This record gives sequence, C-alpha cells and structure tokens, in this order.
Amino acid sequence: MLVLAGIAVLVAGLVLRFNPLLVVAASALATGLAAGLDPLAILAAFGKAFNDSRYVTVIYIVLPIIGLLERYGLQQRARDLIARLRGATVGRLLLAYLVLRQLTSALGLTSIAGHAQTVRPLVAPMAEAAADAQAPGRDQGDDAIRAMAAATDNIGLFFGEDIFIAIGSILLMKGVLEGYGILVEPLALSVWAIPTAIAALVIHGTRLILFDRRFARRTPR
Amino acid sequence: MIGTGFIYTVAGVTFLIFAALGARGPGTAKFGAAAFYGLIALSFLAGDRLGDLGNGILVLGLVAIAGSGAMKRGTHATTSNDARAVEADRRGNALFLPALVIPAVALIGTFAFKHSPALIDARQTTLVALTLGAIAALAVCYAWLRPRAAVPFDEGRRLMDGIGWAAVLPQMLASLGAVFALAGVGGVVGAAIGGVIPQGSVLGAVLAYALGMALFTMVMGNAFAAFPVMVAAVGIPLLVRSYGVEPAIVAALGMLAGFCGTLMTPMAANFNLVPAALLELRDRNAVIKAQVPTALPLLAFNTLLLYYLAMTR
Repeated sequence: MLVLAGIAVLVAGLVLRFNPLLVVAASALATGLAAGLDPLAILAAFGKAFNDSRYVTVIYIVLPIIGLLERYGLQQRARDLIARLRGATVGRLLLAYLVLRQLTSALGLTSIAGHAQTVRPLVAPMAEAAADAQAPGRDQGDDAIRAMAAATDNIGLFFGEDIFIAIGSILLMKGVLEGYGILVEPLALSVWAIPTAIAALVIHGTRLILFDRRFARRTPR
Repeated sequence: MIGTGFIYTVAGVTFLIFAALGARGPGTAKFGAAAFYGLIALSFLAGDRLGDLGNGILVLGLVAIAGSGAMKRGTHATTSNDARAVEADRRGNALFLPALVIPAVALIGTFAFKHSPALIDARQTTLVALTLGAIAALAVCYAWLRPRAAVPFDEGRRLMDGIGWAAVLPQMLASLGAVFALAGVGGVVGAAIGGVIPQGSVLGAVLAYALGMALFTMVMGNAFAAFPVMVAAVGIPLLVRSYGVEPAIVAALGMLAGFCGTLMTPMAANFNLVPAALLELRDRNAVIKAQVPTALPLLAFNTLLLYYLAMTR
C-alpha cells in the first residue's frame, strides 16, 4: 500500500496549486522510494519514458503556421464567414464539428483536426461569431464558448477513434487480451465502440443544442 | 526510412528557433522560456544519445525552470486586431487555404503512406503526414504572404509562450506512469478495487470494473495505463471467466469507460490543460468543467450497457 504515497503526493500537490511539473516529479520520487527503488534508477526510468513519449509534443510544429495566419487575420476571417451565414448558431456549428470530428476519427484521421490545428484558429472564433450574432450584447469576457469548442473536439475524437480498427487503443486491447490467451479480432473490438459513440453524439449533441438557449435568452428584443 | 528521426528533427529545429528568438530582446526574464525551449530542442535532437540518466537530468532541468517560476511570457510584437481585420479583408477566404494544407496533406499522406512501407515507417504514418503538412503549409505561407523569415517563428513563439510549461506536462505524466508501473502501483490499486466486490455479484463486478477504469484513468491521466490493471483485477477473472461475458465487449466498453475518465481529469494535460492555455481561458479547468456533464451520463450509459450485456449473455 505504501506505493500509493505517490498518488497522495500528486493529488495534494495539485490541490495546493504547486507547479504541476514539480508535483509530477515529486510524485515519481515518492512512488519510487516507497517501492524501494534507488533514486538514480527512478531518474533513469523517468528519463527513458520521457524520451520514449516525445511524439506527444510534436504537435507544436504547427504553431508557426497558425500564429502567422492569425497575424494576417485568420480568426477575423473565420468570424466574418460565420457572421454572414444565416441560421448559424453556436450549438449547430459545434454539433456539425462534433459529427465531422467523430466521423473522421472513426476513419483513423485523428490528426487532421485538434486544438492547435483547428480549434484555436477556426472553430473557436467561428463559435464566438455565431454567439455574437445570436446575442449581440453577450459578455465578451465569457470563456464558456471557447471551452465548449475544446470539449467538443475531445469528445468527438475519443468517441470516434475507437471505431477505427488500427488505432492505438484497439491494438493495446488486442495485445493485453492475447496475454491471457484470448484472441480477438480488431473488428470485434471496434464494433463495440459504436453504441457508446452514438450515445456520446446524442448526449453531447443535446447539450450543444441546449447551449444555444443561453444566448437566445439574452437577445435584446 | 522516414520515421521518428525526421519528425523529431523538425520538432527539434522548431524549438531551437523558438529558443533563439526568445533569447533576443531586452531584459533577463526571457531567458527562462528560452532555456526551457532549448532543453526541449535538445531532447528532440539528441534524446536517443543522452542515455536514460541523461534524459532524467534533462527533465530535472525542465522542472527546475518551470518550478522556479522563471518562465515569464516574452515580449511579442504582433499586429493589432484592426490591422488584422484589414489584412483579412484584403486576402479574403484564401486565408483558409494554408490552414487547410495541414489537414489535407495529413489526410492524403495517411492513406498514401500505407502503400509505401519501405519509404515511410508504418507505425508513424500519421505523424509523418502531419509533419509534411506543416512544412508544406509553411512553404505556402512564405511564398504567398512573404513575411520576413523569422516572423512565423516569432508568431509561433507567441502561442508557445501562452502554453508554457504545460507543453511538456503530457510527457511528464506518461513518464510518471512508467514509474508507477515499475513500482507496481497498478497491482495494488487493482487488488484494492477487486477486493471490494461482493462475492457473486455481477452488478458489483461491472460497477467496480467500469468505475474503476474511469477513476484509475483520472489518476493516471491515461486510459491505456489503467486498462491492463483493471482487466487483470476484474475484467478477466470475474467478467470473462466467472460470468462468461465476451472478452471483446469487456475490453471495448472498459476502454471507453476510461475515456470518460480522461474527460474529467487535469492529468490528461494534452486534452484538458493545453487547450485551456492555447485558447487563453482564465480558468485552467474550464475545459474539464465543460466536459463533465457529458462524461458522467456517458459513463453511466457505458456501465449500464456492460451490465445489460453481462446479464443477457
């Protein structure tokens, strides 16, 4: 049970609002020491895993392009496009993005969209422009629309990608089950991701439609 | 063969330029961020030659810079909103094209590279395609917009400074997961969760498995780390072997229950904290708060579906 000390350090550190990098390092040290590992062995294990997981940090190579296009008015253009579109609402726009994100993820195209590639430069400003059209007097300091845009990207990705047979999670499941001598076809796993994908669409889609009411109510008459 | 070497070189050079540009300008506050980006560049360019301990020391450097509060936002000369609106009107919808080059190349590449395994590392097709898409988009931007050479990287650094230390949090958490695995945390958690199930209760086993997946994913920030633990503790011994549920169902629904957990935890930094920084939200947890009302009913749906399938097997 002593090895759970690391989890306690992690939770306490985050609650007390220490720098998360510091908290994670402290948690790793506490866990390793509780398990009787040598501090240098802990550092080496941590360093190896850090090096092996560099791929998650590659996405920032798109920032120069996104930043440059913002300088030339990409976000303003995205806003203009939506402002001129009749019937565009925050809810409908994000619902369309949710469907698109789920469908493309289900085809294995997980990296064609994302927070850096599409949400910051396109989806978030478009959603805000739609809200401005719905409720011209809305609180401009309200972060809820951008937060909902990011949430919609995550939900579309998570509950779409598992339908694709060659995605990492499917391969992991197949590998783990094989360790118990159980052979499953990737297709059998991906088929069972479909009911939850539909439920995610219904639940989050309903929330998005209801999200529109926040702005409809504030419209001055 | 084009694989991680190519991808990491591009990423390393990008961070090296961020570091060099960040070190320019007045004041000393900028050096924290510049050193931070420099270490990330070193990790990308030479990580495989540093050795495990060397990488560990590199991480300590990143932690020291972030933990000491030395990462101040640099100074950024960018255009005003009005100037941007004028530019936007001048260029029209063509501005979307370079932004769409990235997904377009990623899309085409993902399909095309499957047929050329000799040229492209098959495990890295999406990342290679994304990298090529970014390079192609940058080339289009240079040719069309004709900015000075450093401008895209200055603008990129503006966004990068907004993300700050959160950029390496996902990698840090993945590494913490590796230490947890080494220390046997999973076994202890699995035994604890397995121990609370009443004997012979299908509902108890389903609840422990699905909620355990979500909770342990929230702790680890990653359903992949929680999955082998919960499968070993509850999924295989109880659901599959004792109650005869089809293994594919147990695995797929368990993983999806874990994804519901991913939506609700700051530990899944790349999905929840990085976008909050990237979108300049004042509340670091605003994305999580927007996701919880979807995640909880979805977790309930998933758990009930598993229970229904376990009872009607």
